Amino acid sequence: MHNQAVLDRSLVACPHCDLLQRLPDLAPGASARCPRCDDELWRRREDSLERTLALALAAAVLYVIANTVPMLGLRAVGHQAATTVAGGAQQLWRDGQQIVAGLVLFTAVVAPALQIGFMLTVVLAARREHVPGWVGTLLRHHPTTITWSMIEVMMVGVLVALIKIADYATVIPGLALFALGALVFLLAAMQASFDPREVWERVEWVTP
Amino acid sequence: MGDAVSATAATAMQLGLQRCGACGLLSRPAAGEDAGHCPRCDEALEFRKRDSLQRTWAFLIAAAVCYLPANVLPVLTTTTAAGADSDTIMQGVVLLWSPTGWPLSLIVLVASIMIPSAKIVALGYLLVTVQRGSIESNAQRIRLYRTVELIGRWSMVDVFVDTFTAALVQLQPLMSVRPAPGLLFFAAVVVLTMLAVESFDPRLIWDAASANEVRYA
Repeated sequence: MHNQAVLDRSLVACPHCDLLQRLPDLAPGASARCPRCDDELWRRREDSLERTLALALAAAVLYVIANTVPMLGLRAVGHQAATTVAGGAQQLWRDGQQIVAGLVLFTAVVAPALQIGFMLTVVLAARREHVPGWVGTLLRHHPTTITWSMIEVMMVGVLVALIKIADYATVIPGLALFALGALVFLLAAMQASFDPREVWERVEWVTP
Repeated sequence: MGDAVSATAATAMQLGLQRCGACGLLSRPAAGEDAGHCPRCDEALEFRKRDSLQRTWAFLIAAAVCYLPANVLPVLTTTTAAGADSDTIMQGVVLLWSPTGWPLSLIVLVASIMIPSAKIVALGYLLVTVQRGSIESNAQRIRLYRTVELIGRWSMVDVFVDTFTAALVQLQPLMSVRPAPGLLFFAAVVVLTMLAVESFDPRLIWDAASANEVRYA
């Protein structure tokens, strides 16, 4: 059973305290906060779709580099080894830690791919005159991909591991490490430039 | 720097309206119903997250149960010619501590020891105050919730440290590092506390106060 929509679209409820309020017409770059709990209700972004598209494209390219070339190499007493991001999860799997391996693969590889892929698809489709309903489905699940995409956390973890190992072996930072470093900032910028309200206003409703 | 927002004196629930958690649309459920679907994006809607307190308690208790083995069991085993040596998370922090390495040691200490325990205590506090119908320090409590939501993911740092240490240090027969059973429990604490945060409905913090405001208005 579908609910009856409130026609006045400027009337909103705060997601953190449920207080009903009216959103003012914001200038680009300005934001509205809840007067009771201070949650940011809406920030109107300038040129949101174009900027998000550019950042998402750049993120997609860096993501591919970050996951195909070695991230860390190691050299010690005639031995040499290198690992990619997925290689780390693979080694865990072989060592009998299948659940943790799955978690690492999901948070470091799968969720970031979904985050970038969903965003790219949404902004591309939202440029069309008529925004189809499946864009809403992607947009609905996008926050979950952000929650579980942990590239920035992995970067710090890799740096700590790198310095730990540097005590007894020579560590060689790979190209993927730099790609991941840049990706952390690109993803943050991509999320910051995106205005979901703008897309939701234009998406096709499931009820006529 | 936010613009002025003109607030009403009521919450959406008090007026029988539901905010869609996915698209933000306000809508009214059919007469006599307290659940429905968003007419715009089809998301299932309720006034408050279903069984929020029970689910949050369940995840939180599960996390607290895993917390002990996560800290007592070793997370890494290092095998050298001299034998095998296992380290717990705390031993990893101590090992990293050196005149040059102490900032990293501090990062791991905060991310792996302090954040998970603080998260469990903070969520427990939020649950208890909501259940007692507290109307005090609402602003601080919602800030606490947002902080827990924001920093919780950083506990995963140790899982990544151990993953990539074990993936790289494979210098058989000289030296090799393998993950140990504590790692699974530690990862479980991180995931369970994140799920607990997800299932907690922050609007519950304000409901007791909202009810009072209207009664005395």
